[in-house]
Amino acid sequence: MSTVPHAPGQFGPYGGRYVSETLMPALEELAAAWERFSRDPTFRAELDRLLREYVGRPTPLTEAAQLADQVARAQGRRLRVFLKREDLCHTGSHKLNNCVGQILLAQRLGKKRIIAETGAGQHGVATATVCALFGLPCEIYMGAVDVERQSLNVFRMQLLGAKVHSVKDGTATLKDAMNEAMRDWVTNVGTTHYVLGTVAGPHPYPTMVGELQSVIGREARVQIQAATGRLPDACLACVGGGSNAMGLFRGFLDDPGVRLFGVEAAGEGLDTSHHAATLGKGRPGVLHGARSYVLCDDDGQIAEAHSISAGLDYPGVGPEHSYLRDTGRAVYLAATDQEALDACRLLARCEGIIPALESAHAVAGLPRVAAQLPDGASVIINISGRGDKDMGTIAKYFGAEVSS
Amino acid sequence: MTNAPGSPFPSRIAGAFARARSQGRKALVLYLTGCDPDFETSRRLLLAAARAGTDVLELGVPWSDPSADGPAIQAAMRRALAAGGGMGKALDLCRAVRADNAEVAIVLFGYANPIFVRGAAKFAAQAKQAGADGALCVDWPADEDPELAQALSQQGLDLVPLIAPTSTPERVKAIAAVAGGFLYYVSLTGITGSQLPNLGEASARVRQVRELSGGRLPVAVGFGIATPADARAVAGFADGVVVGSAAVRVIERAVAAGRDPVPELEAFVRDLRAALG
Repeated sequence: MSTVPHAPGQFGPYGGRYVSETLMPALEELAAAWERFSRDPTFRAELDRLLREYVGRPTPLTEAAQLADQVARAQGRRLRVFLKREDLCHTGSHKLNNCVGQILLAQRLGKKRIIAETGAGQHGVATATVCALFGLPCEIYMGAVDVERQSLNVFRMQLLGAKVHSVKDGTATLKDAMNEAMRDWVTNVGTTHYVLGTVAGPHPYPTMVGELQSVIGREARVQIQAATGRLPDACLACVGGGSNAMGLFRGFLDDPGVRLFGVEAAGEGLDTSHHAATLGKGRPGVLHGARSYVLCDDDGQIAEAHSISAGLDYPGVGPEHSYLRDTGRAVYLAATDQEALDACRLLARCEGIIPALESAHAVAGLPRVAAQLPDGASVIINISGRGDKDMGTIAKYFGAEVSS
Repeated sequence: MTNAPGSPFPSRIAGAFARARSQGRKALVLYLTGCDPDFETSRRLLLAAARAGTDVLELGVPWSDPSADGPAIQAAMRRALAAGGGMGKALDLCRAVRADNAEVAIVLFGYANPIFVRGAAKFAAQAKQAGADGALCVDWPADEDPELAQALSQQGLDLVPLIAPTSTPERVKAIAAVAGGFLYYVSLTGITGSQLPNLGEASARVRQVRELSGGRLPVAVGFGIATPADARAVAGFADGVVVGSAAVRVIERAVAAGRDPVPELEAFVRDLRAALG
């Protein structure tokens, strides 16, 4: 089944460009530039070189035999689990895949200044990194709550020469950082490129970021076949805005035998109001420039999301995920804060890999996914980032055990 | 009917601009956030603004994520939401103002999600029933998705669009083709409440917008107009002047000091109106 957009930027009834008029011409320009350069051999060659020599691609596909064993034994079955190691990308997450592509595009558009929003700080760090590499001034918008819980990444961005704006408006998290980045962009649109960090936002961002992240799925497809001689039975990834999941899924969308699972943040539980399960509990709406599922009340006011992981703490989601949800091509689960913390520790103890709390949500979904698969199935989990940035948060929960 | 009984104009908004023209002056368009600081005070503020000479009221629908607005209107929306404001209350407010004033044109001004969640057709029907004359949706471009424009048109309501300094000639033509009431030219690339820019460029752009739209609709200019002197300067080349953040700040100051904001807003609007001739 193909999920090629019906019209440019449309995924079924989702996507589009819902922005103020000031930004429309810039988005048209950006879409045209992406259309042109994404097919340009010189551009592709430069992008591929950066991905290889700077980002460190291809990232490995690591078999997680002990993790598989734990889950399989409990369920009385055989299982193979493979981890796509985006945590081994330079800067520690998949975010850099998108940033190198967008910075090359910004250069060709003649934009002299770069802005970005960030939740966990991973996208902010990746953007600040490419700006340092290309010598462009960089300003990052980050919610004040996230500045607090991801202070290590704030310092990394500053060390890389970026200016970090702490956004105190609204819920002071990712959605408010995006609002503020859009206010900056609308003011400086002539000189500035907005490096949006996920597959949300107005067209062409969901398409462009999805294509730039699709390198994850392309590599994984080749790697899993080399390892097992066949395609996987399922792919599993966490979903906030959804860029790492879309990147993995794109490698397998047209393979009906490969089941696709996204894991959203259930926060303190789906039966509470403290979660970020936009696809699980939200409804179609318009947020940050696109039609997609949103968490909002009957009046249309956007709800406050909650997740222990700043990168999933977002009441919206990319429009392609909304489409995959409605068509049933992908299935979306949710994992609570506690389940993510437990999964984080499990992966650390089983495999010696400490995932970001975002990626830990994907690991937490493994038992439920495995239970739906045939005996001897193989699963790819996208480890979208490493957990170093979350040590403060994790220590708060496991404090006594970690220090003992 | 949208227009007053027996009116020769296609809508109350068109009538408001025509009346101003016949009086040898430019139209005053005033933005206030609905339910700021609360429903009843907001109702009195809107009626006072009309009484003091506002030709077109833009009734702002509070939204949680106003990404095109600057600090003044963001704060107004926070106050309004805290007071229970939103789309539902904005429609109630519109109905309440209309019950006491049959003349002033009212445009519901807001963001897409509260309209989308309700459904564009239902929103348009409710807006009509509440006595509104049109709607302006900041982040719902009519050429991108015609659903709202069609829904408003079916109810005989005007879709008031924004035109920006960045709008290409093709976009201006396409936008004007589905617009009603007036064209709102945004004087700057930026958010509401920014500094008034160089007016030479805005003046030239307004002339261009008139040409591209065939002069079918009046052109009002907004963003950055804070004082009677600003209003007078912009009135030199526009058919109407929009004031928003500055009016919202008058309310904010009075409320913060524990005063009733109604007399201060009324005086502010009278000064603006006097500056328009």
